[in-house]
Amino acid sequence: MLTLKVLIVDDEPGMRQSIQRALVNYKMKLQDIEEEIRFEMSVAENGEQALTQIAEFKPDILLLDYKLPDMTGLDVLEQFDNKDEQILTIMVTAYASLDTAVSAIKSGAFDFLAKPFTPNELRSTISKAARNLIHSREIKKLQAEKRQVRFQFISVLGHELKSPLGAVEGYLNMIKERTIGIELEKYDNMVDRCLIRTDQMRKLIGDLLEMTKIESGQRQRDLQEINLSELVKTSIESIQPDADRRNITISLVMDSHLNIIADKSEIEIILNNLFSNAVKYNRDNGNVDISIKSFDHELQIIVSDTGIGLSEDDIHALFRDFVRIKNQKTKDILGSGLGLSTVKKIANLYNGDIIVKSTPDIGSIFTVKLIK
Amino acid sequence: MNKKILLVDDDIDFLNQIEIHLKNSGFDVAVSESEKDAEKLLPIFNPDLVITDLMIDNFDAGFLLAYKVKKFNPQIPVIIVTGVTHELGFKFYAGTQEERQWIKADAILNKPIRYEQLLKEIYTHLHLD
Repeated sequence: MLTLKVLIVDDEPGMRQSIQRALVNYKMKLQDIEEEIRFEMSVAENGEQALTQIAEFKPDILLLDYKLPDMTGLDVLEQFDNKDEQILTIMVTAYASLDTAVSAIKSGAFDFLAKPFTPNELRSTISKAARNLIHSREIKKLQAEKRQVRFQFISVLGHELKSPLGAVEGYLNMIKERTIGIELEKYDNMVDRCLIRTDQMRKLIGDLLEMTKIESGQRQRDLQEINLSELVKTSIESIQPDADRRNITISLVMDSHLNIIADKSEIEIILNNLFSNAVKYNRDNGNVDISIKSFDHELQIIVSDTGIGLSEDDIHALFRDFVRIKNQKTKDILGSGLGLSTVKKIANLYNGDIIVKSTPDIGSIFTVKLIK
Repeated sequence: MNKKILLVDDDIDFLNQIEIHLKNSGFDVAVSESEKDAEKLLPIFNPDLVITDLMIDNFDAGFLLAYKVKKFNPQIPVIIVTGVTHELGFKFYAGTQEERQWIKADAILNKPIRYEQLLKEIYTHLHLD
């Protein structure tokens, strides 16, 4: 049960009573929220009392008579602070002229109710205001949540960038201070580690930029007919050297001329992420089986590996930003934790999704479905 | 006899660097990349002091390790070194008696850390000059 507070400002006792009677047992329901809404009321007889009540009773809706003994309804509107637009005002008057209506709305009133009105007219005006109020509060809440998510993302990002920076800085200081002697060769390992960490940072920044482009919707999506077979082959070629180094065999099953309507760079991001993961998280002498299946309304990219696999818990976390599965088996594998979350975001752009089946130490099967 | 320090962090570069510094300062050092391995090392290595990161196996594994160390031997000082306090707005110090009741650490230091600063803490908690 949600209660909205209504402040009735009118100098006629009869009017105040009839409004209260009309609303006291009135309950309304909005389609998109489960809760029932009821109204709690308070009254004021003049402008002065109204201003006191606004401060103390803190109404959500103000039913404000235009003609009050000590001032007009417009004077009341001007005198209270409604910067956050927390209060919706409905101006009530017997002089239903267009002028009054216009100046009331200009001064910030939400709606207008002409005397005399029936209880039903009152209820319908009140429920319109309530609906508006609740929706705008929902929107504000969502915006605040969005800001919070953004803040968390940036905090974690800061942490992810500072770790490699700290590592490189530490080594550079050791080299500068000749911590382990004056022979340059002794520092080779440190220099190698610096290069690995800067490489990782570059990868993180690259992934981040890609993800930002997709999330912001700023990038112009270029949907056109593309030759998927070619993209797949190019992407396989880019990971072939890494696969060869560890004797991993890549096999591909797909139609030779598979054309789809899609954005080329989005598809490249999907393929590159899936293929490079399948090699990175594989075992030496393992296999990567890639198959592309085209159905009437759906395209499936299926990549299975013979790698370290994932536990149930890992799978739940896998597609979130910055989630990297941390364990003994993955500690030497570089990654930003953004790759799969980006793949999922892209798949969603095509009304599709990514699913994974996995057995620890046996391997994983990633399936990306894109709706044609 | 050299004092023995157990060093725990999942960032192998941090481990590498601090290990070199500590050895240069004349300590015996054992390193571990996880809270679980560190726990196993405790009775074998029997350290005089433990330095651990906070986020290792999971978010607060450093606290867990600190607790386990104190359970193993309450005399062993534990220094937590962490990068999370600053970035994630997550604040705690082991400065007051009340905080030390639930955080079983003798000091909490923020990354990035200068080695001299860490060394000073080590000297303090090992009562060295």
